[in-house]
Amino acid sequence: MVLTFYVAAAIAVICTGLMITRLNAVHALLYLVVSLLALATVFYTLGAPYVAVLEVIVYAGAIMVLFVFVMMMLNIGERAAQMERAWLDPKAWIGPGILAAILLAELVYVLMAPAGPSGFGGEVGPKDVGMVLFGPYLLGVELVSMLLLAGIVGAYHLGWNAPGEVESLYAMESSQQRAVISGDLVRAGSDRPADTP
Amino acid sequence: MLGLIGLLTRRNVMFTLMSLEVMLNAAGLAFIAAGARWGQADGQVMFLFILAMAAAEVAVGLALVLRLHRIYKSVNIDAASTLKG
Repeated sequence: MVLTFYVAAAIAVICTGLMITRLNAVHALLYLVVSLLALATVFYTLGAPYVAVLEVIVYAGAIMVLFVFVMMMLNIGERAAQMERAWLDPKAWIGPGILAAILLAELVYVLMAPAGPSGFGGEVGPKDVGMVLFGPYLLGVELVSMLLLAGIVGAYHLGWNAPGEVESLYAMESSQQRAVISGDLVRAGSDRPADTP
Repeated sequence: MLGLIGLLTRRNVMFTLMSLEVMLNAAGLAFIAAGARWGQADGQVMFLFILAMAAAEVAVGLALVLRLHRIYKSVNIDAASTLKG
């Protein structure tokens, strides 16, 4: 169990380091997903299975899907297809693939091993977390629900197209429109165009 | 480990958001580790709060990125630092 912890922690650190050094945002996203999965394994070995499951579902599931959606919305057009082809070559996914395979091997190992003491203090199960969450922290839960509501309203407000804006976009030629839409925000590190304010 | 993870905020908007996620995760990891050390559930409760906050934050942040991208047509870095009204 201790070995599992250290290997998962090493994978998390390596993935994060590779993530911030990638020039391509999609590659960075791949590494980030693997890093989050490794962190979930770390949580499990620390005796917090409920949080580990939530990490996988919410972070590696929901939040990463949000990132992928935004990246898909940010590059539409011909050039995006070429980029897509370039991203799919093996050396893009082989690194995250190897690290994820190590994590999978760890998972199988943990599942096969007899359930022993975790070595880092006691395990705190979902039931205890629930008892504490809806006991002393009830006010916090209400505050978090308010925060999520504010997040929903804020995201909706910011993502809403002003009607005039959309019409002006549709009124343009399609090539011009593509030039407007298909920025390369996804490609990190490139310079700011000279004509922007 | 947390130090290395915490060094992150870099480069363009997408990377900034991702680094933010990583830093929130690092804070959550500290909570979980402390909770595991003393066998209390409070650490996990705090991590749940961090998780909810990160979800709300990333939704608003990505909406802002879309907005920014729509205004400054193909500006990709956080060069939209003029912040004129």
